[in-house]
Amino acid sequence: MSGTFVGMPAFPKAARDAVRDETLRGNLRHATHTIRDKRATAVAELADWQELREAGRRIKDHTLRHLDRYLVQLEESVTAAGGIVHWAADADEANRIVGELVKATGESEVVKVKSMATQEIGLNEALAAEGIHAYETDLAELIVQLGDDRPSHILVPAIHRNRGEIRDIFREKMASWGRPAPDGLTEEPADLAEAARLHLREKFLRAKVAISGANFMVAETGTLVVFESEGNGRMCLTLPETLISVVGIEKVVPTWQDLEVFLQTLPRSSTAERMNPYTSMWTGTTDGDGPRTFHLVLLDNGRTDALADDIGRQALRCIRCSACLNVCPVYERAGGHAYGSVYPGPIGAILTPQLRGTTSEIDASLPYASSLCGACYEVCPVAIDIPEVLVHLREKVAEQGGPGHRLEKAAMKAASWVMDHPAVMAAGERAALRTRALHPKRPPGAGAWTESRDLPELPEEPFRDWWRKNRT
Amino acid sequence: MSARDRILARVRAAVDGAPEAPPAARDYLTSHTPDDPAALLDLLHENLADYRALVHRTDPAGVGPLIGRLLGARGSASVLAPAGLPPEWLAHTTCVRVEDTPDATAAELDAVDSVVTGCALAIAETGTLVLDAGPDQGRRRITLVPDHHICVVRIPHQLVASVPQAMLRLDPRRPLTWISGPSATSDIELDRVEGVHGPRTLEVVLVGE
Repeated sequence: MSGTFVGMPAFPKAARDAVRDETLRGNLRHATHTIRDKRATAVAELADWQELREAGRRIKDHTLRHLDRYLVQLEESVTAAGGIVHWAADADEANRIVGELVKATGESEVVKVKSMATQEIGLNEALAAEGIHAYETDLAELIVQLGDDRPSHILVPAIHRNRGEIRDIFREKMASWGRPAPDGLTEEPADLAEAARLHLREKFLRAKVAISGANFMVAETGTLVVFESEGNGRMCLTLPETLISVVGIEKVVPTWQDLEVFLQTLPRSSTAERMNPYTSMWTGTTDGDGPRTFHLVLLDNGRTDALADDIGRQALRCIRCSACLNVCPVYERAGGHAYGSVYPGPIGAILTPQLRGTTSEIDASLPYASSLCGACYEVCPVAIDIPEVLVHLREKVAEQGGPGHRLEKAAMKAASWVMDHPAVMAAGERAALRTRALHPKRPPGAGAWTESRDLPELPEEPFRDWWRKNRT
Repeated sequence: MSARDRILARVRAAVDGAPEAPPAARDYLTSHTPDDPAALLDLLHENLADYRALVHRTDPAGVGPLIGRLLGARGSASVLAPAGLPPEWLAHTTCVRVEDTPDATAAELDAVDSVVTGCALAIAETGTLVLDAGPDQGRRRITLVPDHHICVVRIPHQLVASVPQAMLRLDPRRPLTWISGPSATSDIELDRVEGVHGPRTLEVVLVGE
């Protein structure tokens, strides 16, 4: 993976800093709770959700088991449809291929569709070193790029920013990248979106080269698919003369029909919608419609290492929906930056150490960035058993030595003693509830612990009392 | 060794000895909706509206007058139309009709007020229109750059219940655009805002027989 995050401290240190930031915590709590509640409603609309989830899991597992066959078939299909296929073993190779393709067009700027793969390989920085300007066109990516920031969420990379911060970034930075922000820009989301529309439209209308990723590639037909909401993806995929798509090798699915599963599960899991506003599907090139030249760069960059791990390879099923981030109590408090990778949250905690290895301090700490509560597994639309992989990776990290986790051990020991003594726990719960009105909004005492945490609201009665009344 | 051969060799080594993984069972539903054409139409209407598309219903004779009224109400001076659009759909408007010629630039399209197209099909359960660049839809860019898109759906033969039913009818060799409501973003505090880069207004005309 790229050097974007080199020098990051290990997760515990980065998380400690992040949870002290009350604005960040507030932004994250609001965002993750909103989207997780909406998602549950969207999923409940489909009576066959579990069957779709199982089908998604098995399509991905089958593809991974025969990945060589499907990649070769994909290459044939894309080539037959007029596309040109390139293979890149690592980030440097992918960046070099893309840089050469752009230079061959004679252009020195490109527009980009939001893409995790190009973030992962640090493509923008590599192109900049070659004198090529890459403009991010997704609103959130634009906010991150203008703010000289890093993405903190897979789906909503600027989730850590609130509207006031975004207005300030637009006012200060838009002018140096192109059309300045309108005078008197307010912090209303509609005004901010309009400022982005005006700023980026200039770039769309003159762009000759676009770079994208893809959500899926179909081996049988050579079709690529991009899911999006804003139309910036459609702009990039249809207006320029040359399109270059950089896609991880795990994004292939065998058949056209397989898409019907993910077209149902991805939007509902990610944006909690029945369907995202725009989905584009293209197969090679089409005469008179869209780019005349289409390049597909197939990226390995550590994926074959993950594939070789019997337990860890299930992380390659991931369709980047980000549902696991939105339910994770650790992500909600620590934020995306603490994970030191473009893949934050529970999926990042298992994907990143597999793609990059666990030799660095931050990568070795990621398998511990979890409470193992299992919520991520529950919501995953391709049933990745993230807790199982976390434990497996912890074993691997432990085998290679390093500092122990003494505090964690002590806390778990205390907690398990209480759990093993039900009378103590019940008494504690009731005492807490009787004094509910007296509880402070924040935990008592000063220091790092209380500054960085919010007390959860207490329910009106202990769960065990409710259960006894209603279920026994 | 080329990167291609290196990657394929690494893949083969990685899965060597891994347990067999048969293709997925397809025991999920092919539709979540009762087989009732009227209910299906209502569901499409409801889901389109839920995504903030403006939905209108009419019969074949009413399409032209309705489109004329919609363009008039918006104050559009020019309308872009693909070559294969039924002429009667634009028979009741005084807008200047603009053709999408092969050498038209994106900036020229940007100056057009509205675009009118047909579609390949519509999906009731998700409130989705699918365009496949057919003669009454034109190139992908014409439904993208102008700020106002009117899309006509012919009921019942362009209406399907579900995504699996849509997949059976679509041809992957054509460029496909799935549209569910107007352009939108939720990138700022997850507040939904319509219209970032694509059309800010999507009007759908459901034409019954």
